Amino acid sequence: MCGIVGLFLKDEALQPQLGSLLTDMLITMSDRGPDSAGIAVYGTDDAGQSKLTVQSDSPGAFDGLAEKLGGALGAAVSLTRRDTHAVLSVPAGQADAARAALRVLAPDLRVMSVGDTLEIYKEVGLPKDVAARFEISKMTGTHGIGHTRMATESAVTTLGAHPFNTGPDQCLVHNGSLSNHNSLRRKLIREGMQFETENDTEVAAAYLTWKMQNGATLGEALTDSLDDLDGFFNFVVGTKDGFGVVRDPIACKPAVMAETDQYVAFGSEYRALVDLPGIEQARVWEPEPATVYFWTHDTTSTPDRRAA
Amino acid sequence: MQTYDLESGDLRCLNASLHAQAEATNQTAWEVVNPRGSHAIAVGLDAPIEVNVKGSTGYYCAGMNKQATVHIHGSAGPGVAENMMSGTVIVDGDASQYAGATGNGGTLVIKGNASSRCGISMKGIDIVVHGDVGHMSAFMAQSGNLVVCGDAGDALGDSIYEARLFVRGSVKSLGADCVEKEMRPEHIELLRDLLARGGCDAKPEEFKRYGSARQLYNFKIDNAY
Repeated sequence: MCGIVGLFLKDEALQPQLGSLLTDMLITMSDRGPDSAGIAVYGTDDAGQSKLTVQSDSPGAFDGLAEKLGGALGAAVSLTRRDTHAVLSVPAGQADAARAALRVLAPDLRVMSVGDTLEIYKEVGLPKDVAARFEISKMTGTHGIGHTRMATESAVTTLGAHPFNTGPDQCLVHNGSLSNHNSLRRKLIREGMQFETENDTEVAAAYLTWKMQNGATLGEALTDSLDDLDGFFNFVVGTKDGFGVVRDPIACKPAVMAETDQYVAFGSEYRALVDLPGIEQARVWEPEPATVYFWTHDTTSTPDRRAA
Repeated sequence: MQTYDLESGDLRCLNASLHAQAEATNQTAWEVVNPRGSHAIAVGLDAPIEVNVKGSTGYYCAGMNKQATVHIHGSAGPGVAENMMSGTVIVDGDASQYAGATGNGGTLVIKGNASSRCGISMKGIDIVVHGDVGHMSAFMAQSGNLVVCGDAGDALGDSIYEARLFVRGSVKSLGADCVEKEMRPEHIELLRDLLARGGCDAKPEEFKRYGSARQLYNFKIDNAY
């Protein structure tokens, strides 16, 4: 199964509630998947800083890390620790250099996300426990995506949890199962992409990253995924300023959306949306199959329907 | 009237109370408030009672219904009225995928739109949709009637057997072995009755009829064992 929730705020007044709204939505979806849970939060944009969210199971892994990384970069680095994760703030434009430096300084650290505003937190366990460990409900932000996993294609691990970071400030969650992920992984490895798990969604994430590295926009990459990915999928994606949804042409995985003047919301089921403010007056609908939906803060969605 | 609040009450208790209603019950009117998209509301009823659900429901509302009238004053999640045997289910809003799937009898009325696979493998149920239906509707439909006052999506009636499909608007594409058929006077009369039961004022003459061409291998006697 798996459960997905997403919330894209149009009304700035709701930003302080983003974490708590998303947490409650995700907890409602717990019985769609008890294996692992994760949330991507797009927080405030601190101009001049980029962020790396890193994870380690070793309690001491973050000790002195900011100083070591700062020394390697020759710049000030700050670290904010949250349970097994830590957010490293580095000067804007140094995220790639920081990632390369971390491979040498702390090769066992796992990089969950890289971006200006994106932070990804994910662990094995139930949504309520994972959200509590990272105090997600206290977080402020412009938009966010949550996922609770019922594993089918690969192991129940932190790295197998969603969301997946597909590029700077980009993330992907998936409900479904891909049937051609092994052949596509081999193809992407030949193209120079790197993989850390046997997970099918990691292949989808790498596919989108590879497409965008070769000049596609996210919308184009999602549209191409309808041709190149075989299997069942509901994807919800986030970018620094946007929020997108696409379903495969068969569309057997559930999806419901709601839109008001204050937000656009996604849930695997309507249950996830019932406590959102003004839901009684929201436009509620099921996204069409083989159709890419995308919202940004500047534009309304223009669904791009692809022949099934 | 009996009112049951799902915010404070338990779903199993609600369904147990509804199941306890016998043929001759005098508790014929029930209201369920705060459904909040819960699953399996009013499933497996078998008494001539009326249940009004005041809001939107999750998976499988009114599944396996016999005799009862279940009225959803909101939208319905996947599998509403799945495998209904008799009675009536009315959805004021939209219905998610596979509404009325495998239904053996009774009437399902959807006043909004139905999603994909509406009436999949229907076996005698009558379904009246005031709006549109999604792709693969009436897939492998065996008997009964599907009335669509709006448009139908891709692959309508794929691998259909003996069910009758009536569509007023456009059909995006027909599935394998599904063809348009002549609307004869008996079909107009049948459709007039279905529309009346569905509370729909559309004119039967505006509809086209679709059904099986009976050309797939399973219709050929030489393929029988």
